[in-house]
Amino acid sequence: MIAELGLAALWLATALAGLQLLGGVLGQRESGADLAALVRPAAVMQALLCAFAFGTLVLLFARTDLSVALVAQNSHSEKPLIFKIAGPWGNHEGSMLLWITVMSLAGGLIALVERRLPEKTLLATLAAQAFVGLGFYAFLLVSSNPFERLDPAPAQGLGLNPLLQDIGLAMHPPTLYCGYVGLSVAFSFAVGALLTRQVTPDFARVIRPWVLGAWIFLTLGITAGSYWAYYELGWGGWWFWDPTENASLMPWLAATALLHSVSVLAARDALRTWTILLGVVAFSMSMVGTFLVRSGVVTSVHAFAVDPQRGTFILVLLTIYIGGALVLFATRAGTIAEGERFTVMSREGALVINNVALSALLGIVLLGTLYPLLTEAFGVKVSVGPPYFNPVGAVFLMPMLAVLAVGPLLRWRRDSFARIRLPVLAAFAVGLAVLLGMWLIAGMALLPLLGMAMAAVVGIGSVLPLLGRSLRRLPLATLGMVVAHFGVAVALFGMAADSAFSIEKLVAARQGDTTEVGPWRVTLASVEPVAGPNWTALEARLSASYRGGAPSEIKPQARSFWAPPQQTSESALLTRWNGQLYTVIGGEADGDRWQLRLWWKPFVTWIWYGGALIALGGLLALIGRLRTDLKRRTVRARVAARRMEAVA
Amino acid sequence: MIRGRIFLWGLVALTAGLFGLFAYQLSQPKDEFIQSTMIGKPIPPFDLPPSVPERPGLASGNLADGQPKLLNVFASWCVPCIAEAPNLARLEAAGANIVGIAIRDRSQDTEFFLRQNGNPFSRIGRDDISAVQLSIGSSGVPETFVIDGQGIIRYQHIGDIRDSDVALLLEKLKEAGA
Repeated sequence: MIAELGLAALWLATALAGLQLLGGVLGQRESGADLAALVRPAAVMQALLCAFAFGTLVLLFARTDLSVALVAQNSHSEKPLIFKIAGPWGNHEGSMLLWITVMSLAGGLIALVERRLPEKTLLATLAAQAFVGLGFYAFLLVSSNPFERLDPAPAQGLGLNPLLQDIGLAMHPPTLYCGYVGLSVAFSFAVGALLTRQVTPDFARVIRPWVLGAWIFLTLGITAGSYWAYYELGWGGWWFWDPTENASLMPWLAATALLHSVSVLAARDALRTWTILLGVVAFSMSMVGTFLVRSGVVTSVHAFAVDPQRGTFILVLLTIYIGGALVLFATRAGTIAEGERFTVMSREGALVINNVALSALLGIVLLGTLYPLLTEAFGVKVSVGPPYFNPVGAVFLMPMLAVLAVGPLLRWRRDSFARIRLPVLAAFAVGLAVLLGMWLIAGMALLPLLGMAMAAVVGIGSVLPLLGRSLRRLPLATLGMVVAHFGVAVALFGMAADSAFSIEKLVAARQGDTTEVGPWRVTLASVEPVAGPNWTALEARLSASYRGGAPSEIKPQARSFWAPPQQTSESALLTRWNGQLYTVIGGEADGDRWQLRLWWKPFVTWIWYGGALIALGGLLALIGRLRTDLKRRTVRARVAARRMEAVA
Repeated sequence: MIRGRIFLWGLVALTAGLFGLFAYQLSQPKDEFIQSTMIGKPIPPFDLPPSVPERPGLASGNLADGQPKLLNVFASWCVPCIAEAPNLARLEAAGANIVGIAIRDRSQDTEFFLRQNGNPFSRIGRDDISAVQLSIGSSGVPETFVIDGQGIIRYQHIGDIRDSDVALLLEKLKEAGA
């Protein structure tokens, strides 16, 4: 009964999306005013129905209702409750339902609160939103119905992939989806603005919170995903240039560029067409990413829910939405009036360089991800990895970071270098000193060396805008920018330190054996069998001491899950402020010895602290912008009220 | 302005090309199987201890004793291995000499598995770290290799042995014996 209610709600929501599309299109003419009045209520109702449908699916998973096919395939009655609740988005159907739910909630929110845009632009936007939504509804209802029944119901479910039974991963997909959906909102606004030819600073102010919000979620999603891959896969790496990772990185790069160009449009009414194009590209990258991960056209270590038939469906949607939007853009772009002009030596100039560099990085990642696909069409199998991405990416990353250190110091429209020469030269002098010092003392490889030096430049450059300003009167958005840029420096430092100074040891240890790895002495005390709710494991008891200090105990495990049967290794970590000890236990070697893999990774955690800082900066900026928007709104309302009084 | 137009339509064309590539790749059958590069080559030297008490272990020398054999890579934790067990029994009944390698398995689990599903193996080696499995070019369980009397790998079957595969494997075994 519950499943059928959910399905009915989903069908109703689809019908309302149709109504929303119809009303938004016909409402562009005077004759459609009646229908236009229905658009906002339709969007709100659609959001409620979708949320209800998703709620029913969560309930079905929480109760482990095995008569529902999706639950039977992905859950198990003896799974911990938290993973039962996270079950709906650990699979294809449920995650698509989550996607459309978040998307309809965003549409409902726009319909409720947005009053700044011309009504016709807003109608066109909501129509575009409904148009995109309808594709996903069709996808769900036609080829991936999450509520399908199984008759007869099996006695037990198949269980969730054990790699996914992890609290970090329970939160990972919803976070990324909020990001993707935020970009879909920006996409709809861009299409709406193109259709009604209304690309104004107001448009930029309206989409900025959505872009910022999406960008924060993407940043968090990528950071968390990277940490998950780091400790759960047990390989010690934090980024593998895997297609799935690239699929989340590409929208982030586009969103970062969009974020910056939106600021230019909002503040200076420049970069109009470019901002629109980025709005289209950012969401396109989310969809291309989804396609790559779901269709199985590229091979990935963690491609999930792979199915060529679904791939075909997504490809059709891609063609309609992205192809349509690009054609619309190509025909309309010429009719959008040119924005304000500026010189290269200005805030806008720096942001344009940033945008070009980010777009180039996006192109590099896209090319690297698709290259195997291209050569495979000619019968050659290749795999593209760090030897391509790292150096080629660095070529564009380095100038971008240099501009990042300088740009925020520049004034809008026109500035001279002489004004900011002193602090900028100081920052780069420190960078050069780090470069030489590290090269002479540590003899680092080129890329980590450059990374380390650039981290210093960006670290100093990012806080320079605070010079001579009162912290109390600093706008929250500016503080957010400083925090986010500083986060880039922190993450970069972590990456450089990890790749330059990591130490790895692989040993076959007997009980009582001691291994030295960097400043650590690790002793294998014993290996014990342990059991969890749905797994059994071999657990190594290690005692590790840092520079002869008091030993701490850590327990890496080799786990065997029995539903579904699979082996995973649970690494155990000891975290200090200056790095992590990373331990993995492998199998048994010649009877009484055990394979241990130990890493000392100096400052590796700074990568994720940096990521968190970047997201925090975004959050501060978002709060600052929303507060200003709310203030403007009250002022506007007061002015309108006064005018009404005057008329009366 | 004209240059801008060309750029924009170029972008559209590029996207269309990309989607065309996607569509082409989607229509291609995906080969998920990694063929061993060891086919036609002699089996690398190894010496595995016995996995269960009632059968001897397996060394590369056992595979070059003049008699062709089937080498089955299996594990007790592998579900398709249960599915192929009846067909391994049929192959044994048809006169095939089958030797096994238990991958990353504990002895008591292997014993239990063989009690449940039958034991068609004349020898079973225990490969705890997949070393031998990798050296013969096997990327998963189950896989079955045809080895001729000189210890040269002649044929590789990837995945569980279905009913329809039995005749083919017997055929390959006969070829290897000739």
